[in-house]
Amino acid sequence: MKHNETHISSYLSLGTVLVVLLLLTTISVLVTGWHLGPFTVAAALLIACGKAATVIIHFMHMKFESLFLKLMISGVFLLFALVIGITFIDYLLR
Amino acid sequence: MSDMSDKENGNYISYLRYQGKYRGILSWLLSTDHKKIGLMYLYSITVFFFVAVVLGLLMRLELIAPGKTIMEPQTYNGLFTIHGIIMIFVIVIPALPAIFGNFFLPIMIGARDVAFPKLNLFSYYLFLTGAILGVLSQFAGDGPPDTGWTFYVPYSAESSTNVIFALTAAFILGFSSILTGLNFIVTIHRMRAPGMGWFRMPLFPWALYATGWIQVLATPIIGITLLMVIAERVLSIGFFDPSLGGDPVLFQHLFWIYSHPAVYIMILPAMGIVTEIFPTFSQKPVFGYTAILISSLAIAFVGYFVWGHHMFTAGISVGSRWFFSFLTFIVAIPSAIKVFNWISTMYGGSIDLKPPLLYAISFIFLFMIGGFTGLTLGALAANIQVHDTSFVVAHFHYIIFGGMGFATFAGMHYWFPKMFGRMYNNKIANIAWGINFTGFNLLYFPQFVIGIQGMPRRYFDYLPQFQTGHVISTIGGFILFIGLILMVYNFVRSKRVGEIAPANPWHGVTLEWQIPSPPPHENFDIIPEIKTKPYFFGSTDENKSS
Amino acid sequence: MAGQIPHTEQTDSEAGKLGMWIFLFTELFLFGGLFLVYAVFRAKYSAEFHTGAAELNALIGTLNTVFLLVSSMTIAMSLTAIQKNKLNLALLLITVTILLAALFMMNKYFEWSHKFHYKLYPGSEVMRNLPHGEILFFGLYYMMTGLHAVHVLVGMILLSVNLFKIRSGKVTSSNFLLLENSALYWHLVDIIWIFIFPLLYLIT
Repeated sequence: MKHNETHISSYLSLGTVLVVLLLLTTISVLVTGWHLGPFTVAAALLIACGKAATVIIHFMHMKFESLFLKLMISGVFLLFALVIGITFIDYLLR
Repeated sequence: MSDMSDKENGNYISYLRYQGKYRGILSWLLSTDHKKIGLMYLYSITVFFFVAVVLGLLMRLELIAPGKTIMEPQTYNGLFTIHGIIMIFVIVIPALPAIFGNFFLPIMIGARDVAFPKLNLFSYYLFLTGAILGVLSQFAGDGPPDTGWTFYVPYSAESSTNVIFALTAAFILGFSSILTGLNFIVTIHRMRAPGMGWFRMPLFPWALYATGWIQVLATPIIGITLLMVIAERVLSIGFFDPSLGGDPVLFQHLFWIYSHPAVYIMILPAMGIVTEIFPTFSQKPVFGYTAILISSLAIAFVGYFVWGHHMFTAGISVGSRWFFSFLTFIVAIPSAIKVFNWISTMYGGSIDLKPPLLYAISFIFLFMIGGFTGLTLGALAANIQVHDTSFVVAHFHYIIFGGMGFATFAGMHYWFPKMFGRMYNNKIANIAWGINFTGFNLLYFPQFVIGIQGMPRRYFDYLPQFQTGHVISTIGGFILFIGLILMVYNFVRSKRVGEIAPANPWHGVTLEWQIPSPPPHENFDIIPEIKTKPYFFGSTDENKSS
Repeated sequence: MAGQIPHTEQTDSEAGKLGMWIFLFTELFLFGGLFLVYAVFRAKYSAEFHTGAAELNALIGTLNTVFLLVSSMTIAMSLTAIQKNKLNLALLLITVTILLAALFMMNKYFEWSHKFHYKLYPGSEVMRNLPHGEILFFGLYYMMTGLHAVHVLVGMILLSVNLFKIRSGKVTSSNFLLLENSALYWHLVDIIWIFIFPLLYLIT
């Protein structure tokens, strides 16, 4: 079975990605120790998004996948965000 | 043997006769041939359909007079619940992708099968399991569920009946739907014949593509929601229980976030089917191929954002109601575009009013009534009057039964010769159509009228002023039943003794008409190379590749 | 023609990978429903969600996060190994992944039994007496981490299957779709936790 893309991630690059993820995790834990009030959730979520994106792009190889797949994963998250947003049109304005 | 009409070469064996690894009944039950799987779905769905039809007729008998007629109120509640569960989850959501999608998607794109044939068979058995579980919910334990197919909390969390049975059945059926959608998306991406670029693909596959994405992205939400209701019942988890801080309306949000896109799973393939029928029976290309394509994708996309129109009276915010009403009007536009395109396809064409076209034209008529009344429901002020009345019941039956149902009958009449290698009797088909059309309108139109006048839905009893409407409706139901029986009889009989069908009885131009009727096991001897645009009907310059 | 592939049977690994990605999208939406419920109730009961989160042990949560992140790296590395035909290294890396997953599950077991010990579970007397926001917080905690744990278990089984298939020569340097798809599944399990962790453990 021929594998189309020939890119093989090096162990070093994967190790580097892990370091980045651990760093982001540390920041995440520290940030929530500070009193940012309502921004705590936003900050934590933002960092989580960064970590997830890192896993998707590097560990899951999305960087080397087709444009279609990149569009679809973005579309999936966008759709989900829209659904939550629209639900909040109800809850925030009640 | 009579299945072997139209021999292309001496080795032609139709898929019906082909025996691969297994013999006899196992060659069907364990077959990964998309055509056989499509037929297994057809037979199972037909059986469950008639079960649900009978349940519906029993409801109509009860409603022919006010007060108790033939059953207790609790029985009536159980009936409309299981009628809905079977019709929605076992018939209308699965049917078109599972039957015609399975049978014809690979052929119409020039493939030998779907991307994952074993997964396809697994989808079928998941479907069968869920369907049987749904029926079993009637008999085991504490009694048939009485919550309505919509399982609203708090009642679904409190009802002492077999709710968990039904929830599990729906979950399993949902999983089957997801896997079918996944299979079709990958099939369309990876298995189109050489030369068949995206914009040379016919519109039924395009419809299945849009549908596949809805199946894949919306169904998981109902999955988790059903699990939450089970958690509510078993663990008192509290998400939907006000006494624990929860919100019952949140269930409605979650439920309709799936169930509204689900209606587009129902209608998009139906529109795809009639989009195939119009060019064939007008002998000219589809008018506005790109417009129809984009409108399918637009319906799939915008359809995600209208779910709150089921909840206008539930207590959601004003802003929310505005938003959903507006989007509901927007989503009607792509459907209207399709109607213009279908009519324009027929205009100036060489019309052959065979049964498929008859059903397709009546599809437009019934679908439009359903669609317009949907706008009535989508208008905030009007909604207050008609929400939870039989107006709603009439609306969705016009759309689902008049729309998707009639499109299914159209597809059956269109593709029957290809699937079984036989022609059915046109005269009987036309008579059955007439009875179906008459019965259908008698059954459902009065429900609009009494609905506006105030007849509530899911009510066992009613005020005497509604009785006339109910009587007409019940009579219509039985007329429709006769028409359905006649139509199915025509098919069953013709399958055995009908005139042998040629490969292309309707002079169609899509790929399924270029292979024998019935198709051989592998569909194509040689995978075709596509050189023309889709719906290419003639010679000369119009032919050049797009 | 661009995008057209010569017609073959089921040996299309791109199809297999696309199928897996689509399945992962469904998983995202499955958990998404729970995140939606979380969002709604967090907005309504922010103070009580804070209090609830304080009951959780952020250290164990962080440890579990680290376990999963490392395991994501090891499974990604196992793909590199198999592509380079280093079968024994691949086996080792997959085994480490499974062990890290087992550590995760052990932590989860301790966390849950600790709470059960204090009768803090859905439907219990203790739970019912909590403020509403806390009841919902813990309901979400159990359902989200519970569903996630089920997926960890399934992932462990999938990865074990890969061990057997590599040993028996069914998964090789030119035929590793199963490992690739299992790795994708595992990364999804990791991603879900990446979101669960801050939302349940860190918002205090």
